[in-house]
Amino acid sequence: MSTIASTDSSSRPLSRGGGPQGLATRRVLTNQIVTVLVWLAFLIAVIPLAWILWTVLSKGLHLLLSVDWWTKSQAGITPRKEGGGAYHAIVGTLLMSFVTLIISTPLAVFTAIYLVEYGRGRFARLVSFMVDILTGVPSIVAALFLYAVWITTLGQEREGFSVSLALVLLMLPVVVRSTEEMLKLVPNELREASYALGVPKWKTIARIVLPTAASGIITGILLGLARVMGETAPLIILAPYTTFINFNLFSGPMAALPTMIYTNFGNDVEPAIERMWASALTLILIVLLLNLAGRFVARFSAVSR
Amino acid sequence: MTTITGRSGMDAEPSGDLAASASTRAGDRTFLGLSFGSGIVVVGLIAAIAVFLIAQAIPALRANSANFLTDRVWNVDASPIQFGIPDLLWVTVASSVVAMVLSVPVALGVALFITQYAPRSLARPFASIVDLLAAVPSIVYGLWGAYIVLQYLSSIQNGISKVLGWIPIFSTKNIIPASIFAGSVVLSIMILPIVAAISREVFEQTPTAHKEAALALGATKWEMIRTAVLPFGRPGVISATMLGLGRALGETIAVLLIINEVRGEWSWSIFTGGNTIAARIARDAGEFNSPQKTGAYIAAGLVLFILTFAVNAAARVVIERRKAFTE
Repeated sequence: MSTIASTDSSSRPLSRGGGPQGLATRRVLTNQIVTVLVWLAFLIAVIPLAWILWTVLSKGLHLLLSVDWWTKSQAGITPRKEGGGAYHAIVGTLLMSFVTLIISTPLAVFTAIYLVEYGRGRFARLVSFMVDILTGVPSIVAALFLYAVWITTLGQEREGFSVSLALVLLMLPVVVRSTEEMLKLVPNELREASYALGVPKWKTIARIVLPTAASGIITGILLGLARVMGETAPLIILAPYTTFINFNLFSGPMAALPTMIYTNFGNDVEPAIERMWASALTLILIVLLLNLAGRFVARFSAVSR
Repeated sequence: MTTITGRSGMDAEPSGDLAASASTRAGDRTFLGLSFGSGIVVVGLIAAIAVFLIAQAIPALRANSANFLTDRVWNVDASPIQFGIPDLLWVTVASSVVAMVLSVPVALGVALFITQYAPRSLARPFASIVDLLAAVPSIVYGLWGAYIVLQYLSSIQNGISKVLGWIPIFSTKNIIPASIFAGSVVLSIMILPIVAAISREVFEQTPTAHKEAALALGATKWEMIRTAVLPFGRPGVISATMLGLGRALGETIAVLLIINEVRGEWSWSIFTGGNTIAARIARDAGEFNSPQKTGAYIAAGLVLFILTFAVNAAARVVIERRKAFTE
């Protein structure tokens, strides 16, 4: 409705202007064609989202409704056999992500503090540039790098912890950028007021700047975590899939939802395919939940654009 | 300072001040150290990635009996090891470029829709819906592409290659449903939210004065966009495209699940299958059992790293220029 109104209002000056009628018609027509195209572009963008969600929901939901899915592993279950659950993979995904979170959060927040509060000159620009480059590092390259360090050089096993380290590389730039944005939004008056009261710089940052930007920073962390949770390449390279439950990040293979999907992808039998869609749905649910949580936290932000 | 003057009555306070300033200095030093250290870690990480990949690729490249840059072979089991990058590089670049061609016009449309056309109150919810596309894990895109999208694409492929088959990239030679083109279609959807989000941000910054000036001169809405919004946003759009391209080049799992390997004669067609660099590495992850073999894959990964580094650095340079221009 509103498009029609807006095209009308913008084409009105034309008819009043009284240019050659043919030209005006062509301009109005072009304008209307573009309006239609732009609406179409939006629809084209939304259709895949609805289609993907519908596909995964319709094919995977029924397995998620059983209690077994959330409490049992796939131990002793062959691709052709029904039953079992995704508990082992959910545990693996959560554990690896948790360690990623623990390592990357302080590193990212301090890097952002450096860029906003301390960094001046060439080195700060270099750090900022490297964060951009890190944003562009493909997950498979991060995985190969960790393979080269952890397994070839240090002689360790393929294990959950090495995946966490690879995920840190991928999560770090996301959190640095969002934290940086948030710190920049904290008004300078707050910092100056704090200095004027004789509060040292570090205490100003720790007690004034960080709390003010806290909810925005948390949002960034949650969104960054949601992004790395679905990463598959590091898992394929660094953590072989297993059907058993493993709580130990430092020994033995560890399952995760993406590798559970990938392993079942190869099996062209009905129970495996069902499990594949169900684990995809589980992964989407966890990721969407984190996204929603992030957006919810953002509502309580003390600073905003 | 006060201790130097040594005024007797105030002894208690200066010593308190001194203690405070000592802890202040310690606190400031720790904080500066921690944040400076984190900065060093970030820079060090990129350097370490380059160093480790190069160091472990070199022995394999030395042992390579084929020319890495020009030979179209990938046989890491041969006893003098043989591997070359051109095939993988072609599929990587072709799939990403086709994805950009499909994605960028739609993404620009979406960005224009949200900033210029959508009703004000709905602009934000619409933007979050498009952002949700970026939240879907890439393996899910892979499943959707392999199980659902493929079946609709093969007739489109056949149609295009029937009409335009005389152009090498559309030729019917070795045509399969699980093709580079199919991978590009899904990649284009994965990139769309990235390009749309950045373009949206720059379009939003178009000065209102520019837009109103165009409208006051009697421009239609589209003419206003063409003369005010698009020129203003151009550097942003270019860098958004580059960032999207960087993402497409490095995408692993979706491409791995969708595009099939193909045996037989080489073809330039985008309707044939193949391996991207990332897909090749992930597909053969189980074969990393000797340093030499692993080195071959690491050499391929190094090429991918250099490629994405170049693309992202270029995007950054374009954006920096614009910043300098507007400030």
